[in-house]
Amino acid sequence: MTEASNFSWNPVVDWQELTGHAFMRDALIAGTIAAVVCGVVGYFVVLRGLSFAADALTHVGFAGASGAALAGVSPIAGLLLLTGAAAGGIGALERYLRGRDVVVGMILVQALGLGVLFLRLSSGYSNQTYALLFGDILALSTHDLVVLGVAGAVAVSAMVAIFRPLLFASLDGEVAESRGVPLRGLAIAFLLVVAVAVAAATQVIGALLAIALIVAPAASAQRLCSRSGLAILLSVALALLITWVGIAIAFWQPYPVSFFITSLAALTYGASRAVFWLRSPRMVASRPRLRRQEAI
Amino acid sequence: MGVIADSVNTGVPFSWNPIDDLNQLFAYEFMRNAYAAGTAAAIAAGVVGYFVVLRSLSFAAHTLSQIGFAGATGALAAGVDPLYGLLMMNGLGATAIGLLGRRQRGRDVVVGVVLSASLGLGLLFLALYRAQEAVPVLVGDVLGISAHEVFITELLAAVIVVAVALVYRPLLFASLDEEIAEARGVNLGLMSFIVMFILAVTASVATPIVGVLLTFSLLVGPAAAAATLVSTPSRAIAISVALAVLYMWIGLAVSYWVDFPPSVFVTALAFAVYVAARLIPEVTGRRRSLSPSLA
Repeated sequence: MTEASNFSWNPVVDWQELTGHAFMRDALIAGTIAAVVCGVVGYFVVLRGLSFAADALTHVGFAGASGAALAGVSPIAGLLLLTGAAAGGIGALERYLRGRDVVVGMILVQALGLGVLFLRLSSGYSNQTYALLFGDILALSTHDLVVLGVAGAVAVSAMVAIFRPLLFASLDGEVAESRGVPLRGLAIAFLLVVAVAVAAATQVIGALLAIALIVAPAASAQRLCSRSGLAILLSVALALLITWVGIAIAFWQPYPVSFFITSLAALTYGASRAVFWLRSPRMVASRPRLRRQEAI
Repeated sequence: MGVIADSVNTGVPFSWNPIDDLNQLFAYEFMRNAYAAGTAAAIAAGVVGYFVVLRSLSFAAHTLSQIGFAGATGALAAGVDPLYGLLMMNGLGATAIGLLGRRQRGRDVVVGVVLSASLGLGLLFLALYRAQEAVPVLVGDVLGISAHEVFITELLAAVIVVAVALVYRPLLFASLDEEIAEARGVNLGLMSFIVMFILAVTASVATPIVGVLLTFSLLVGPAAAAATLVSTPSRAIAISVALAVLYMWIGLAVSYWVDFPPSVFVTALAFAVYVAARLIPEVTGRRRSLSPSLA
């Protein structure tokens, strides 16, 4: 993909180059959808300490997609279906699972084993393996894009709908429960949205790397600002920036998109830790106690 | 692994005569190597896995297993033995997690970021190396174990077991009751670091055989089942080691006759035994706590 174009320092020309190809436009659209969903969902994943559960869901998604490929169904359908089912289960058991990461780990590893088995059964190992595990954003079909768009819109609307009770329950579960917030229903609803975020991120950077888009921008945002609304906006902004810059760099460099996105995500998180550390004496003194604990 | 395994397998199919089968299984040097290295790795994983379960380090263990992807592909790109690449990257990952994730809270974020960053790096190495075959790295390769690697694996497994034996008491103490252990003068930070590094080395020796994706199953599966079945730490470790070795032996044997990666069977066995171990107390009505008591 680099053969036709070279990076110039003229931003207008570069922009035209970048968006001049249909596959690049599709990639940017898919990246945007995934970044928005992951940015919003990630905030709560980090706040609720669900990184490992989210990572397990990405692996369940791998099993779902490879199983669907084996059965001859659309991989994204299998991805959404199996991740959704697992998310429902994890959500229903969330309270029980807290502190029992072994159970999550066993689910994760069994999903991976199944995924490897399905792949072995279906095609031997093919390019599809790489697309599933490490993402292939440049090869998305229009069908994938439509499914992604619809799922993304549903996920964001669901987040808007449950935003207030979810924030309340995530910050102080006991008080929220005493005020009549249905914690279990909320946990299930939220994890279903996480499943969509996982599916979206898997389409962009692959099942193994999807956790980067969900966790890194949100964790960075929580380090940088303590107000929930602002932190979510910042999380989405960082996710968008990471995705767009990653796709753009990969357009001019012969290396995989996923590498640039995960590296940028890690750099962003590292930078946020550095900023937090530099500001920390002042921040810790001025922040209320609850806020300080929740900053990851 | 398909091509070589097929050509090897065409001669003698699986018979129901166990002696013939065993003879055939160990007729080739690569299988003897795989069994020697696999057994050593399984013993180490069984011992270390117990502390992974006890200290709730599943996510870190999963990450240190998958970091191996960057280690192994990096070694391929640099043209050195994968084991050295694995040891180096896992060591770096353990340091990063140990330094940035000192507090329990928020550690999972650090682990998640290290996980995805290292996998992305592995992808870059793969592109640099222009390798078409990442699959042996991902799912393990019984054919790729050289006699030299067997030696190093056995050596490292011995070092791991000795290291755990040396820190056993304070480590167990720190894992069971952090506060009292700290009050008695156990250095908790040092213990975390030691565990992370032991874990990193264990993942490194298991990865060439079981593969990046499923090394975690060997680390957590046997230990999780063992910790469910018995509550005495020393017994749990013994059962964990026995199960790990058993899974490994069965996995290698099945993968010899059916041309599938051994990791698939190791994982399936680990999951089935774990589920059974969880169900037995439910059915018989006896309940045991997952974590042992100090007594």
